[in-house]
Amino acid sequence: MALPSLTLLGQSLLSGLFIGALYGLLGLGLSLSWGMLRQINLAHFALAFLGAYLTYQLAGAGINPLATLAVIVPCFFALGALMHWLLARFSVSALVTFGLTAIIEALIQWIWTADFRRMESGYSDVKFRVGALYVALPELLTLAMALALSLAVWAWLRHTYTGKAMRAIAEDAPIAAAFGVDVHGLSLLLSGLCAAFAGVAGLSLALSYTLAPGQIYAWLGVVFAAVMLGGLGNPLGPLVAGIVIGVSEALTMAFTAPAWAPLVSFSLLIVVLLARPGRI
Amino acid sequence: MRARALAGFAAAGIGLSAVPFFGPPAFYESFLYLVFHWIVLAVSWNILSGYSGYFSFGHGAFFGAGMYTTATLATKAGVPFLWTLPAAALVAAVFGIALGAVVFRLPRLRGELFALLTLAVTFVLATIVLNTPIDGGPGLYLSAVPLPAIGPSPSSAFYLLGLALALTTLWTAREIQRSRFGTGLFAIHDDEDVAEVLGVPTYRYKLAAFGLSCGLAGIAGGIQAMFISYVTVGETFSIAVPLNVVLMSVLGGSRHWFGPAVGAATVTALLYAFTAGDYAVAGRAAVGLILILVILFLPEGIFGELIGALKRRRVSVTPAIGTADLPAPNAARPGKSEGQPLLEARGLSKAFRGVQALAGVDLEVRRGEILGLVGPNGSGKSTLINVVSGHFRPDSGRILFEGCDLAALEAHRIARTGIARTYQIPRPFAHLSVLENVAVPAMFGRDAQARADAEREARRWLAFTGLAAKAMSLPGELNLHQRKFLELARALASRPNLLLLDEVFSGLTHAEIDDAIRLIREIRARGATIVFVEHVIRAVLELTDRIVVLSYGRVIAAGDPRAVMREPDVVTAYLGKPRV
Repeated sequence: MALPSLTLLGQSLLSGLFIGALYGLLGLGLSLSWGMLRQINLAHFALAFLGAYLTYQLAGAGINPLATLAVIVPCFFALGALMHWLLARFSVSALVTFGLTAIIEALIQWIWTADFRRMESGYSDVKFRVGALYVALPELLTLAMALALSLAVWAWLRHTYTGKAMRAIAEDAPIAAAFGVDVHGLSLLLSGLCAAFAGVAGLSLALSYTLAPGQIYAWLGVVFAAVMLGGLGNPLGPLVAGIVIGVSEALTMAFTAPAWAPLVSFSLLIVVLLARPGRI
Repeated sequence: MRARALAGFAAAGIGLSAVPFFGPPAFYESFLYLVFHWIVLAVSWNILSGYSGYFSFGHGAFFGAGMYTTATLATKAGVPFLWTLPAAALVAAVFGIALGAVVFRLPRLRGELFALLTLAVTFVLATIVLNTPIDGGPGLYLSAVPLPAIGPSPSSAFYLLGLALALTTLWTAREIQRSRFGTGLFAIHDDEDVAEVLGVPTYRYKLAAFGLSCGLAGIAGGIQAMFISYVTVGETFSIAVPLNVVLMSVLGGSRHWFGPAVGAATVTALLYAFTAGDYAVAGRAAVGLILILVILFLPEGIFGELIGALKRRRVSVTPAIGTADLPAPNAARPGKSEGQPLLEARGLSKAFRGVQALAGVDLEVRRGEILGLVGPNGSGKSTLINVVSGHFRPDSGRILFEGCDLAALEAHRIARTGIARTYQIPRPFAHLSVLENVAVPAMFGRDAQARADAEREARRWLAFTGLAAKAMSLPGELNLHQRKFLELARALASRPNLLLLDEVFSGLTHAEIDDAIRLIREIRARGATIVFVEHVIRAVLELTDRIVVLSYGRVIAAGDPRAVMREPDVVTAYLGKPRV
């Protein structure tokens, strides 16, 4: 086995960091709805892709991709809240959200077909050179957004009254309600936020990746691994765990063949499940 | 019943296997093969996941293991196709059992965590297959592998193989559902801890169900490998297999062996109809929508709801069974002297992290007595019951019951030695009828009765506890008083030598307590030995021969109820020290 050069190593560490940030961004909403509302929302991935395709569409109409957030975030917030409002009447299992995933996937395929789509924007080709390494602007944006959102949620949960009420709901919703917390309203708020985060993650996907409807499932395993490694409901967890996974994948790719990469994240997930099931 | 079903299966088998000889277009045979293929996958998945509630998202891994076993053996080792199928079953089953042997030891790995774990295992297996010489990337071609001439044409060979496997799988699932094994799996589905305490060997059952489920999926994979004749990692281990299988089972109804078959046929036909009409995308959306609607409005699945509706129409008449022919619950075994203690605990300790719940408890239960176990909240009474019944393993100490040490036994073995318990907060199996709830311990307890005998036994105990009219209800329809009595009936149905009652009276009204006291007197009159934990002092004084007082995990007093309750240590434990 030939050892990779230092530059290659540095570059792969860096790409691991960036893809880890995307794992974290995708995992944030998933972790919050799972940890706080006890809802495993498989549709989160489908929503992220819907966001990505919408960004692609709007950017195609000449709108700056970052500006599309002004449309996508409020729309997705409303969509997430609406979904929760509809489904909160039933005790919803993860299977229902899988059904939603299938519907959204079909919708995407119907509108944009199964062909690969690649967003053309002013951002995609911008690269900075740092020493011997290259940093692409879309990836930097992803890291910045993941950091900003995770820290903002962390501060919200920790330092505001609504955030504390949210944590009370996560601990025990009926008791929180007995102490005057508006469980229903806050659940709607959080579901809306989670969907909005999916929209933001969609922007990142559209900036850095070629889109196809079937790709929705490709992210599932890795992001779940990040969410569970990071601890459910912990707003910083998915980002930190995502970066750990991203970097270990990148190192695996650098030292062995790229096709071995999935082994890392899923083995990590299995080890976490076997060793510390109580934490989840 | 069984002979009729067997005849039905045989008729279906003969009738359907005649189809290829009428020379239908190959295309129909292939379509029907696919239906059979999905029936096998969905029904086999259901054996573990539907019956016992362990939703696996890893069915694709075992299916894939079978596919690659056949592909590898047939292309690289030149093994004839049909001979690769047993190997495919074996590899998949061994893989599943090895995984289960680790996973099923971890009691918290249930529900979604089990689903995720099995999904992760699928991807790990896919990565390994992709990167090793098993596949190596380009995929395996089976087009050169000779297909045995089973039917008039190649497509009818697949049709017949699929049909045979589908019928075998359905028959297996049906037999399991009606057997002791199946009853155990359904009990695990509702409450695994209780099932274990009632005598169901949960670990072994889950492992066996997983092995069978995986083995059948493995054969289906082997046939499919030959059918598509080009095996790739991307297609084999895709998420489509587990998702479709779950969807089909839930759609059809996962609590009945035939439900998943209905779901599989429906979904396959639906997807095909949409694809043929060039609306493949709409088909997938329709399947998603149907899944949501079924989960929300038909939680038992299409077939499950149908069966439920039929059952409700045929309201069963409860046969009048008196309590006169009740067997003694504890028919004392001959040859043991009366003076010997039935149960003896020596130096029993149990700590939960920092809390020392039991700190060296010594106590004995004499044959035929009613022993009251009292003490303030947190004194270790319930922990003691949990340790004796095997729910927790003690950190140290011995529990001798009729001469054998229970401390090292698994809970289901303890149940079989003749110990039964009730739970303070009733824990009935929510999806089993009241009758089935009581039949479970009769089937898995000391006498391990056959189903029909167990149900007869259960009816007697229901009559004894006054629940005969509720035999066909679900536990959810009972009030607290009735649920407490259901607990009692369930404990009695195993005909225990020793009955552990954990706060049977809490939450009952005065009149209901009188009822319960009368019942316990009657149980004792039949010669049972009873240990009961109680806070209702009236009941303690009225019923017990002796009491043992626990405080902070130690025995602080034992003896005649009235005398012991007046001892200063006991008064202090309950009320605190008077300030002098």
